[in-house]
Amino acid sequence: MTFDASQGAEAPPELVQLLTPEGERVEHPHYDIDLTPEEVRDLYRDLVLVRRVDKEAVALQRQGELGIWASLLGQEAAQIGSGRALTDADMAFPTYREHGVAWCRGVDPVNLLGLFRGVNHGGWDPAEHNFHLYTIVIGSQTLHAVGYAMGVQRDGADAATIVYFGDGATSQGDVNEAFIWASVFNAPVVFFCQNNQWAISEPLEKQSRIPLYRRASGFGFPGVRVDGNDVFACLAVTRQALKNAREGQGPTLIEAYTYRMGAHTTSDDPTRYRVASELEAWKLKDPIERVKAYLFRNQLADQDFFDAVDAEAADLGRDVRKRCLEMPDPEPLDMFDHVYVEPHVLVAEERDEYAAYLAGFEGAE
Amino acid sequence: MTTLTLAKAINEGLRAAMEQDPKVLIMGEDVGKLGGVFRVTDGLQKDFGESRVIDTPLAESGIIGTAIGLALRGYRPVCEIQFDGFVFPAADQIITQLAKMPLRSLGKLRLPVVVRIPCGGGIGAVEHHSESPEAYFTHTAGLRVVACSNPVDAFHMIQQAIRCEDPVVFFEPKRRYWEKADLDRDATPVPFDRGRVVREGRDVTLLAYGPMVKTCLEAAAAAADDGRSVEVVDLRSLSPLDMEAIVRSVRKTGRCVVAHEAPVFSGLGAEIAARTTEACFYHLEAPVLRVGGFSTPYPPSRLEEHYLPDLDRVLDAVDRTFAF
Repeated sequence: MTFDASQGAEAPPELVQLLTPEGERVEHPHYDIDLTPEEVRDLYRDLVLVRRVDKEAVALQRQGELGIWASLLGQEAAQIGSGRALTDADMAFPTYREHGVAWCRGVDPVNLLGLFRGVNHGGWDPAEHNFHLYTIVIGSQTLHAVGYAMGVQRDGADAATIVYFGDGATSQGDVNEAFIWASVFNAPVVFFCQNNQWAISEPLEKQSRIPLYRRASGFGFPGVRVDGNDVFACLAVTRQALKNAREGQGPTLIEAYTYRMGAHTTSDDPTRYRVASELEAWKLKDPIERVKAYLFRNQLADQDFFDAVDAEAADLGRDVRKRCLEMPDPEPLDMFDHVYVEPHVLVAEERDEYAAYLAGFEGAE
Repeated sequence: MTTLTLAKAINEGLRAAMEQDPKVLIMGEDVGKLGGVFRVTDGLQKDFGESRVIDTPLAESGIIGTAIGLALRGYRPVCEIQFDGFVFPAADQIITQLAKMPLRSLGKLRLPVVVRIPCGGGIGAVEHHSESPEAYFTHTAGLRVVACSNPVDAFHMIQQAIRCEDPVVFFEPKRRYWEKADLDRDATPVPFDRGRVVREGRDVTLLAYGPMVKTCLEAAAAAADDGRSVEVVDLRSLSPLDMEAIVRSVRKTGRCVVAHEAPVFSGLGAEIAARTTEACFYHLEAPVLRVGGFSTPYPPSRLEEHYLPDLDRVLDAVDRTFAF
């Protein structure tokens, strides 16, 4: 069975790119970006710092300080580009891998670690950062984002909502329902799909026969594929989609075409399902190296700048490690807190019983 | 004082809540123009507009998932699941998100979402339209689960559920939608996590909720003719349970029967029986008995009178508590 080529289903996918892997600035007919040298240097700094936080978290897991960690390695540009496109009023709904977006929203990286260390299920105030808690069940947050956007719409607010998910999530019913809801209610939401090619061990062809961004047309809104390792393009495309949403033009699906350079999580072993040459090919498209090459090529930064960023990253890594180790374990009775907002007789009773039980051990060895 | 049906009482309760708080929204399938398949939301879209009474696409997970998002933005959505048997596509959003997100946020997020579910059998419906899924939800920490049994409670409890800062699953006894009662709007309602003695008695306690309350009241009246004094407690709140009300009654009567339409096995009655036995062990003259649906899927409607516990099956259980 094949697609009918006359319907365009087999036309080569289009990719929005503004910065080549070699660091060369290229033009795109629909998307442009005008960044000051300082803005480019800031993006570079973001990319390096979030990669450093990620590296530290992987090390912390290897040393037993975190139960698990979902690495963002390779996806820095998709996250920093889209994250820096957001205004303070915009709201973001992440998966569990959006450490770069969290960075852009001002969430302390140590607060991300609590979930993975097992001290809480989410350690930041979503309202303070306009960055929702991590969602672990695949795709559930897309509906939350659309509902939130419907609220924004009812408030008449000048804000958009962005929701992150992966290529695997596009098979979930919730994601497809979210597309439908966003479409029929014209919700001010941007669907930001990081297609990192792998849903744990399952390659994209287990999820889709067509490029993911083309799914959008069936739901009645625009879809665009962007080079997910190009921070300029991710910023430009996301900025435009958010603007469209704020202006009442409804949803957009952005497929950031990228690659999960690490394992799915620290519990995963990608050597069982993918070949080393694939990783090597993607290393040549590294999201950080191309910005560095661009800054060098255009003499927008000198060696002192790069050294300073590296030093800052090293400090950040040390700081994250130190504060991770200092993170206190919760008290046993803390688990009874916040189950309900209003008084709840059963939880109160069980809490008291367990407190009394624990008290029975006091003084005993 | 006005006389109204249970369906109309919920409608009036929804209307009052929407008038009091502009953040209250109604969403569901056919809730707008049609007014819901049971007309519970009749006229509300006309008066409050399409942005507050939202006819949604036909996707239950979508209804609850977007309601969660609206609640995160400060709204108070009241979702209608059209029939009990259609709630399962939304079970993931209810169980993994709605129930758990407030704790996940260490109390920073509140989800005052109400999930209305017409429940139970007795209306001669096709498959999936007569179920009693309450135990799936009482088993889930983070949810409050309530069931109204009469128009007066329905009017007040729906408003209490909407004002509650926790997510509430609100069961409506669909075969009682057309039952009428006099409503005094100004009367002070019973708190909605409390049960209520709806008929006083001395010899045995019948515990029921939702559609079975009426059946149990009829059984108590029939028992009175035989000289047996039956107390009926309407539990109203299924999670948490009002154990105080249950224990007070059972310690007085010494006998207890729990009745519900849901299957007896792993039903809410099992939890109630265990707790009641523990709390009333030395007062009990007989084991706590349960009467309810069988361990079969809900049967075709021509058989539902055999599946649903009726007056006689309730009285049979009452008789058995006197046989010990």
